[in-house]
Amino acid sequence: MSGAADREPVFATRQSLGLMKSKLKGAQVGHDLLKRKSEALTKRFRDITRRIDEAKRKMGRVMQIAAFSLAEVSYAIGGAGIGYQIQESVKSAKLRVRTKQENVSGVFLPQFESFQTEGGSDFAMTGLGKGGQQVQRCRETYTRAVETLVELASLQTAFVILDEVIKVVNRRVNAIEHVIIPRTENTIKYINSELDELDREEFFRLKKVSGKKERAAAAEEVKRQAANKAGTDKENEIDEHSVERHDVLGDQDNEDVIF
Amino acid sequence: MALPQSAYKDRQFLAVIGDEDSVTGVLLAGVGHVTDPPDSQKNYLVVDPKTENSTIEATFDRFTKERKDIAILLINQHIADRIRHRVDAYNEAFPSLLEIPSKDHPYDPEKDSVMKRVRKLFGE
Repeated sequence: MSGAADREPVFATRQSLGLMKSKLKGAQVGHDLLKRKSEALTKRFRDITRRIDEAKRKMGRVMQIAAFSLAEVSYAIGGAGIGYQIQESVKSAKLRVRTKQENVSGVFLPQFESFQTEGGSDFAMTGLGKGGQQVQRCRETYTRAVETLVELASLQTAFVILDEVIKVVNRRVNAIEHVIIPRTENTIKYINSELDELDREEFFRLKKVSGKKERAAAAEEVKRQAANKAGTDKENEIDEHSVERHDVLGDQDNEDVIF
Repeated sequence: MALPQSAYKDRQFLAVIGDEDSVTGVLLAGVGHVTDPPDSQKNYLVVDPKTENSTIEATFDRFTKERKDIAILLINQHIADRIRHRVDAYNEAFPSLLEIPSKDHPYDPEKDSVMKRVRKLFGE
């Protein structure tokens, strides 16, 4: 009846039965809600996964074009290229990202957004001698490429966060479904059986008590009758009385009625 | 997992670990940033065949763990291959890690750590 089944450590009372019942109801509602949340997130997750797949392939092409434009620059400038010059003239980032939030079923997904800060480029002098146009074009190409990358990074961040959140939500759903609900049900069953047991015990005890009372009352009655009889029929002989006691008890009703 | 806004509010730079051409290109787009002296730190690392793996790992750790102002870390795929165990083990949301192709090494979706997870989820 108890012990083996997994249940909560409560006393079997009507109050805790009520508590358990409301808990079970709460758990079921929570389970439904979480399940729906998990489904919504999974849908979003699949969408993002597909877009990541596409964006990654697109990135491959974009970076290829960008690399080609850089090759054009090296060709135009000739010699060692501009790598060293550019790396040395870096001071402050012109292209930065800011983060926005997007709310998906209570989960905040950050989204990156690239923006240009004001002020001239650090590379205003790059390619001044020759290849200036190629450098400009290359810069634009790479800016576009970086924007694609930023977009992809947002998707990827959302992917990582959603992955984590979905795991947590599913864990909760499963915990409620397989642990909390069965345990609460077990507890309710246990409390019910205990209460029934108590009821039976109580009933049996009452019967016992009333039986005992009846017997005591009967004995009392006998005594009283005997005393009455002794009082009223003083002439009755003691020996006879003791012998016919049973008779007297059995015929008492008749005698009373006649009397 | 609701990330506090402070986890990414200040992140506004991109960082690059790559070969010379990739870094040059991305810097040309204007992502390069050098912090104020005295401890002027660059947000890029140029890797050539002579660069030690330990240097790459140290830079990777610095960009991903120490610096709190980097939102996106770009790394060339062939360099990511050199520290693959680190890249695969990395699964934080911020900074977000992107593997990009380089001029000499075309993009291979099979190797990308995120794409691996994507494919695993689709059960391929």
